[in-house]
Amino acid sequence: MTKLRQTPSQTVGPYFAYGLSPEQYGYQHGLTSIAGHDMAAGDVEGQQIRIEGRVFDGAGNVISDALIEVWQADALGRYAHPADPRGSNSNFKGFGRCGTGTDPQNRFWFDTIKPGAPEAGQAPHLSVIVTMRGMLLHAFTRIYFSDEASANAADKVLNAVPAERRNTLIATKRDGNVYRFDIHMQGDNETVFFDA
Amino acid sequence: MNDTVNPRDWAGQPAYIVPEYKSTPLRGPTKPLIPLPQTLSEVTGPVYGHEAVTGNDADLTRNGRRNGEPLGERIIVAGRVLDEDGRPLPNTLLEIWQANAGGRYIHATDQHDAPIDPNFFGGGRCVTDAEGRYQFMTIKPGAYPWPNHHNAWRPNHIHFSLFGPSFLTRLVTQMYFPGDPLLDLDPIFLATPAETRDLLVSKFSLDLTQPNYALGYRFDIVLRGRSATPMEA
Repeated sequence: MTKLRQTPSQTVGPYFAYGLSPEQYGYQHGLTSIAGHDMAAGDVEGQQIRIEGRVFDGAGNVISDALIEVWQADALGRYAHPADPRGSNSNFKGFGRCGTGTDPQNRFWFDTIKPGAPEAGQAPHLSVIVTMRGMLLHAFTRIYFSDEASANAADKVLNAVPAERRNTLIATKRDGNVYRFDIHMQGDNETVFFDA
Repeated sequence: MNDTVNPRDWAGQPAYIVPEYKSTPLRGPTKPLIPLPQTLSEVTGPVYGHEAVTGNDADLTRNGRRNGEPLGERIIVAGRVLDEDGRPLPNTLLEIWQANAGGRYIHATDQHDAPIDPNFFGGGRCVTDAEGRYQFMTIKPGAYPWPNHHNAWRPNHIHFSLFGPSFLTRLVTQMYFPGDPLLDLDPIFLATPAETRDLLVSKFSLDLTQPNYALGYRFDIVLRGRSATPMEA
């Protein structure tokens, strides 16, 4: 059977902000944002956390025009999507989007809730899409949590990653409920990206 | 057996690092990608439907008006969102953004010396109907220079962003216009393998063209489909 070819990807370019995250970037007319960095607004159950970090290029420079998107389960590990048979009865949508162009340090950040483990053999994590000017197609990665050591040790995805690179997927707990997750596009500490 | 999402068509996609596009060598991943099993985290994804679209979101000739109509050539951009088997993908959100008729983005960091149009914002979105169809009314975007190399100009284009049915079907791409002489000079367009490049070029359509009002361009979009294969345990 003849299949249609997938439409090729092209770069998001430097000017995605007013199309994809107009409110974060302060555009006063036109569109509202469908998603942003404040994922836990409203009546959402779970432990409130912040995940923040910066994106570095192969020369070690901070990237100020990256777009980070995250997708996660709710505090009980359920996804707000029809393919999750358990459904999610919380008000938590699970999707966040943040550009690195508005924070003075060019951080991205997500105020969210800590996800539960979605299924056996998987530790709590967020799925991540990284894209920017200079990327012709987006990259997939994941964010795990440094205070979930035993669950991480049993995670089938982490275990498929060479041991010396696993730390690139683990957000480090800092003061309070803040986790730090830097993304290195290249270099000795290049973040693990997936063929997903 | 379960449905799994088909792999990315790597042979039809641009590479991460394309030296002619000079931002890529320091930004694209260089280590081999690690295969990721398709778990619940991958086959689910953000759900945005009709509730995400309001008012004039799909009409860029109206959603940025302040004191008059935007300048430039009105166009209709429409098409279908399909999977690789040709099945329509209903209720799929499309987000677009583009330069104005003069080739200027409203984005604060665009310093191109071309006029901002006070009545054109350049962002829009819509959701596909039951047959996977979408339609935007907008202004034909202008070409603009960029600093990639001497006398580099981007062809006229509209940025598209789609989610599709799962996290894996996400697509960010650009739609181009037929017959644009800048296409053969553009490292971003040319980074796409020759065999799939034409999929990025819209087709003029007299059927879509609205008499006495706007030319029509058709742009169909194909997202990763599904196959019946054993699901990762």
